[in-house]
Amino acid sequence: MKRPLLVTGTTLGLIAGAFLLMNSLPGCRPSRTTKSVVTGDAAARVYVKPGTHDEFYNLVSGGFSGQLAVYGLPSGRLLREVPVLSVDPESGYGYSEETKGMLTTSQGFIPWDDTHHPELSQTNGIPDGKWCFINGNNTPRIAQVDLGTFRTINIIEIPNSAGNHSSPFTTGNSEYVVAGTRFSVPMGDDASRDVPIKTYKQNFKGNVSFIHPDPETGKMSIAFQITTPGVNFDLSHAGKGPSEGWFFFSCYNTEQAYSLLEVNASQRDKDFIMAVNWKLAEQLAKDGKGKRVPGRHFSNHWNERTHSSETTVYEDVLQLDPKDHPGLLYFMPCPKSPHGCDVDPTGRFIVGSGKLAALVPVFSFEKMQAAIAEKDFEGDFAGIPVLKYESVLHGEVKKPGLGPLHTEFDDKGNAYTSFFVSSEIVKWNVESVGVLDRVPTYYSIGHLCIPGGDSQKPWGKYVIAYNKITKDRYLPTGPELAQSAQLYSIEGDKMELLLDFPTTGEPHYAQAIPADLVKPREVKFFKIEENEHPYVAKGEKDTKIERRGKEVHVWMTTIRSHFAPDNIEGVKLGDEVYFHVTNLEQDWDVPHGFAIKGAANAELLLMPGETQTLKWIPTRVGVTPMYCTDFCSALHQEMQGYVRVSPANSTVPLTALTVSVDAEM
Amino acid sequence: MKPISRVMIAIAALALLALLIVPIWRIDLQAPQYPEGLFIQIYADHFAGDVEKINGLNHYIGMATIHDEMFPEFIYLPRVLIALAAFGVLAALWGKRRGLFAGLITLSAFGLWALYDMYKWGYSYGHELDPRAAIKVEGQAYQPPLIGHKQLLNFDAWSTPDTGGWVLFGVMGLLAGVYFLELRRKKPAKPATA
Repeated sequence: MKRPLLVTGTTLGLIAGAFLLMNSLPGCRPSRTTKSVVTGDAAARVYVKPGTHDEFYNLVSGGFSGQLAVYGLPSGRLLREVPVLSVDPESGYGYSEETKGMLTTSQGFIPWDDTHHPELSQTNGIPDGKWCFINGNNTPRIAQVDLGTFRTINIIEIPNSAGNHSSPFTTGNSEYVVAGTRFSVPMGDDASRDVPIKTYKQNFKGNVSFIHPDPETGKMSIAFQITTPGVNFDLSHAGKGPSEGWFFFSCYNTEQAYSLLEVNASQRDKDFIMAVNWKLAEQLAKDGKGKRVPGRHFSNHWNERTHSSETTVYEDVLQLDPKDHPGLLYFMPCPKSPHGCDVDPTGRFIVGSGKLAALVPVFSFEKMQAAIAEKDFEGDFAGIPVLKYESVLHGEVKKPGLGPLHTEFDDKGNAYTSFFVSSEIVKWNVESVGVLDRVPTYYSIGHLCIPGGDSQKPWGKYVIAYNKITKDRYLPTGPELAQSAQLYSIEGDKMELLLDFPTTGEPHYAQAIPADLVKPREVKFFKIEENEHPYVAKGEKDTKIERRGKEVHVWMTTIRSHFAPDNIEGVKLGDEVYFHVTNLEQDWDVPHGFAIKGAANAELLLMPGETQTLKWIPTRVGVTPMYCTDFCSALHQEMQGYVRVSPANSTVPLTALTVSVDAEM
Repeated sequence: MKPISRVMIAIAALALLALLIVPIWRIDLQAPQYPEGLFIQIYADHFAGDVEKINGLNHYIGMATIHDEMFPEFIYLPRVLIALAAFGVLAALWGKRRGLFAGLITLSAFGLWALYDMYKWGYSYGHELDPRAAIKVEGQAYQPPLIGHKQLLNFDAWSTPDTGGWVLFGVMGLLAGVYFLELRRKKPAKPATA
């Protein structure tokens, strides 16, 4: 009887002991909380005192928001969301009559896009703080934001393209920004485009476009397109210094799969980095060697004098076929579906990041030139010479992490690569290709950014991680969670996490620049005497109302704190009313808003000196209120008015008044 | 008078011509909403600075708007300044102490008149308010300070001489100094018998 009792007791005791041991010893169970890796003074290092400014602007893509977000660093404070390639009802962008043209393409008005890669304009290879370009991924376009006004001033559509991903990276003096097709597609006339999808190999083509922004106005036009074999282009960067004159594009799907790409496009050991001799292409284009092919596209420009968009329509585009021009393109083999394609600040090295590769290859521009000179090719791909991997390789970063995506550079010869799968940033030396440090990111980093980190002059103070997953990092907000960025110091040998900050949309690439390069450009208001809008009212004496058939035009002004006119009668059902509203203020930070009940579009938000037009179609008889939406002064709540709408057959005369007390008495 | 005194008088007189180009007076305004501040500069013939912004604000409290055309001073002030300078040069050429004395008196009279004129305009702007103004504060007038600081509702106002004002004061000081030295120089020559 005693023995079973003893056995049972001992067994229970062992289990209890094991249970206690398991729960008390560290490392025996997965930890449920994220380890805190911030150091003690992190808070002080990101604290920007109230009333003082951040050191850097951080321009972050909005991803599926289609916009560009502006943050201050190191605080991570959101300063503004610039409407770029999606409509923005709060400012009237894409809703006012003047801004609709900015989002109009050869396929009509496109209210949404997916913005991925902001790229600052450069002078001598250094970000100059003038413009920020950003790509529209879905309906291929490149937009340009003026950093004096933080407004979109140019948008160009890219013809013969599908999925504008490897864009809009710039050459060292912003002679060109580029656009490469993510999807290869059949091009040409209707008959050559209407082909079975399975004829990918024969009929599908890629191309890369070189777009020239006018140095003064920024107006963009396509200088030339280079057609390529049908593959997917992913990312790109321009050469610099010794590699100036070349452009590098990563490409995947050299399997030329057209279905189930996650498997079918992951078969080959190596895909390519495509090297483009753009100086040669430029010369060929100049010498008339290209061919003009159909490719209707719109280039929209924002005129700051007329406060309106202007569209130039192009019917065709100049294309160069590399088959006719040897020396234009070369392929460098790069392991496993390369994504990031980054050139170091010296311009000597090109880093390709194969998403599925277990190493990061670093190519040498010098070796590439030597290999080209010696025709050291392993063969060709659809007629384009393929260089030997070993001949162009500078070195491989061994065991760097899992899922390398993108690389940015500091000013001390180091590279920082993001790893999506192992969720970390790895710092390594470009010359020695040795790993120096690694830090975790929370979670699954995509792009990363160092101020000036893809230019010839990085300001190597911070690296910012833009993560794809946030999970438990913030207060939960239902199934859809905050998007997230993380700020790390890279001033010391070790990277240090300083700050998490949430972002708008889904952040992809970003750029950062010292605030001192941007601040002196800031426009405070638009000069009313320079306003050339066809419906401007430069003072209340210019306000009026006019009927043109079913159209009623109102020349209206705003000033603290009233509209002129603010009593409108004689509008009839069936009319279309155009409110041309001019903000007469001439001081910084005095916008006025204009909203009218039942407007099916949006409001207007008018900066001082600006004129914008809201179209309103009344749907019922009665008196409709309108008011100012921006708290403009102590008497903002008095800033309002009425529009009387009468039946279609009414004889009420058309009047527009502002009635003063004297007139009433 | 000593030649050096006459040269000084001539320099002082010609320095007055600077008032034709540099601002003479300035009024600075600061409020919580205007951390960068607003200011008006008064030149011999026009206003400069944030006149339009201030006009925009004045309508709340019913103050009249300010425009160059409303001030006849802007037409005759440059002429008066040229006349004063000419007077000074003539006094230097003439070389008599009496001439310097007359110049000093005229210039002081001009300075006093200018201050009075500014006060008068300030008074009427600050007191003659539009009865329909949106903001009415019982007993509140908006006369800017003649010189120094004053609080006007949410605004702090400072009135101070600008470059031209200091030049004017400098000229007056210089002339007074020369006059004083000339008086002292003459004294030992004429033994005190009175």
